[in-house]
Amino acid sequence: MELTGAQILLECLKREGVEVLFGYPGGAVIDIYDELPRHPLKHILVRHEQGAVHAADGFARASGKVGVCLVTSGPGATNAVTGIATAYMDSIPLVAITGQVPTPLIGNDAFQEVDIVGITRPCTKHNYLVKDVRDLALTIRRAFYLARSGRPGPVLVDLPKDVLQTRTPFIWPDDEAIKMRSYNPTSKPNKRQLQKVAELVKNAKQPVFYAGGGVVSANASDDLTWLARRLHMPVTATLMGLGCFPADDPLWLGMLGMHGTYAANRAIQDSDLIIAAGARFDDRVTGKIAEFAPKAKLVHIDIDPTSIQKNVLVHVPIVADVKHALADLRSIIEHEMTDFDFVSVHEPWVKHTLEWELEHPIKYVPAKRGEPVKPQYVVEKIYELTKGEAIIATEVGQNQMWTAQFFGFQRPRTFLSSGGLGTMGYGFPAAIGAQMAFPDKLVIDIAGDGSIQMNIQELATAVCYNLPVKIVILNNGYLGMVRQWQELFYKKNYCATCMDAQPDFVKLAEAYGAAGFRVTRTRDVEKVLKEAFATPKPVIVDVRVAPEENVYPMVPAGKSLGEMLLV
Amino acid sequence: MNDKRHVLSILVENEPGVLSRVAGLFSGRGFNIESLNVGPTLDKGVSVMTITTVGDDVIIEQIVKQLRKLVMTIKVVDLTEHKSVEREMVLIKVNAEDSRRAEILRIVDIFRCKVVDVSPDELTVEATGDQGKIKAIINMLTRFGVKEIARTGTVALKRSLQD
Repeated sequence: MELTGAQILLECLKREGVEVLFGYPGGAVIDIYDELPRHPLKHILVRHEQGAVHAADGFARASGKVGVCLVTSGPGATNAVTGIATAYMDSIPLVAITGQVPTPLIGNDAFQEVDIVGITRPCTKHNYLVKDVRDLALTIRRAFYLARSGRPGPVLVDLPKDVLQTRTPFIWPDDEAIKMRSYNPTSKPNKRQLQKVAELVKNAKQPVFYAGGGVVSANASDDLTWLARRLHMPVTATLMGLGCFPADDPLWLGMLGMHGTYAANRAIQDSDLIIAAGARFDDRVTGKIAEFAPKAKLVHIDIDPTSIQKNVLVHVPIVADVKHALADLRSIIEHEMTDFDFVSVHEPWVKHTLEWELEHPIKYVPAKRGEPVKPQYVVEKIYELTKGEAIIATEVGQNQMWTAQFFGFQRPRTFLSSGGLGTMGYGFPAAIGAQMAFPDKLVIDIAGDGSIQMNIQELATAVCYNLPVKIVILNNGYLGMVRQWQELFYKKNYCATCMDAQPDFVKLAEAYGAAGFRVTRTRDVEKVLKEAFATPKPVIVDVRVAPEENVYPMVPAGKSLGEMLLV
Repeated sequence: MNDKRHVLSILVENEPGVLSRVAGLFSGRGFNIESLNVGPTLDKGVSVMTITTVGDDVIIEQIVKQLRKLVMTIKVVDLTEHKSVEREMVLIKVNAEDSRRAEILRIVDIFRCKVVDVSPDELTVEATGDQGKIKAIINMLTRFGVKEIARTGTVALKRSLQD
């Protein structure tokens, strides 16, 4: 059966199990769009290519499937780069398909030509330029294989227009064909190393689990939870790891790092054993590296060998899929250490961490009568009203940190946030993607007034496809996190962080066909949020919050976790 | 810092963009390349790159891991950890007036190099050897006035017999 390149692409996507495609058409990909109506794929037309990638990314994070986006050549492709880099930093499985000028024109500075393969080389797991239609099916299959296997990540496939138009017999490559001699990620852990870990836990007095986004992406939360409870070990997580351990469990310490809890950071600094799983000792987590966890033996489980020994020296390195490693460790504990009483050995330590939690809980000074709404209160209310049963996306900055601190995430894949790259404008399109994956769930983007304006145009997308995403803007009129740094470390020189001219977000929502609410008083927060959540269409809730509220605790950049600024 | 020179031998799939991927990895992560050499192997689908770089053990470990992580990399060997043979070739165009020509030729002979091009006032010398020898011949010829120089960078292979 002879098919055109465009037909082959869509057939491959169908066979890869792709249900939804986030895209934006253009001349170079018009042949794909011409075929699209004849395929069962659902296409979501976004309003900006960056939105397409973030939406595909949000879809992937919420569902665990590969997200797919389709954009045209040149500016379409370059607009996608921020989204691709975001997915790369957070190891999100994504296939980005870009159009390219016809092969005879490549390199001629043709209209809407850009070397997107060259541009995205440092921010993709791998990328391809398909020059021959006969390579197309194999390339697409490999792209999906690479995106979802090993350490997941974005893969870009660049498709010249003439390749999309050329006919060739369609052959679906089998599993054997997609294998590459140069790509063999290790997924099974070394059993002897795991035995060592089991022994270390047995001998440890003050052990801590430090979980990262890898636990979420490997679907290893159940094993982590089982192990923590059986070993009676407190758990802390990175921003990316939130939700991998239930926040209402007494062993939960909260997030660690720059805006982590006092208990988590103290526990790390005082621990004698840290089991890091799917986390990479990011500088936002470790603080001053030389003073990080001075007494602890470090176990590091990661599928990516480059993450191990990159920032800290590790005593027991384990290169493996976190899921396999934790499941195997669980099996060792379950079968070989049945009699060992971890609870009584670790109980004094757990009690100690609980005391720290009571001593300095995550807190804020509530608003007095007549004072502006406290942003933390809004997040607390969202948690209370949803009982944690919602998918929460955030933008980047104070809104992101308050969400991480005050929303008790219970389950993995319910918190979508740009951790590694810190991309403002990520949350709203990501929420659109998550809502596509789970049409019946409540999806909320907690935003700042600065970051929501970076991809606000996607309101049209949400309205168009009737995706009832709720945007709650913690509107302080500032680029809050930068203003906080200016206040604390730059003598209050609020240069370029005051958002003086703001749109009327309520009217803006209405202009797009969404609903808009404004809240200025603390006592109205609950009522309005309830109404917003019950509204069956996209909603903006513009909450005017205390302009100079800060995120605490805070470890200033370059300081150790032991040097926290508390409220 | 115990910075040491390392010679890395990297087998990669012979595909477009591989060189730029490897070179980009070095520049993007702030690693330094001292020399880079690439050519095909007997297997047409595979190329071998020889890269010399400088760094302490931690940096080199990170470089090797990052190279292995590239999807197109088949194998990375740090030849510094093994006994290996290293060679580099250099072409040196040197001033050679009649009065000094004999002396230059004597040096060329001592170093077992070859003269590959001659003109009335210049000689082009081809030298092959390890880093030390290349450095020495360049030093020796510099005083005559070296006009141009082209070096291949190191190529290296592990010795067959290792203790």
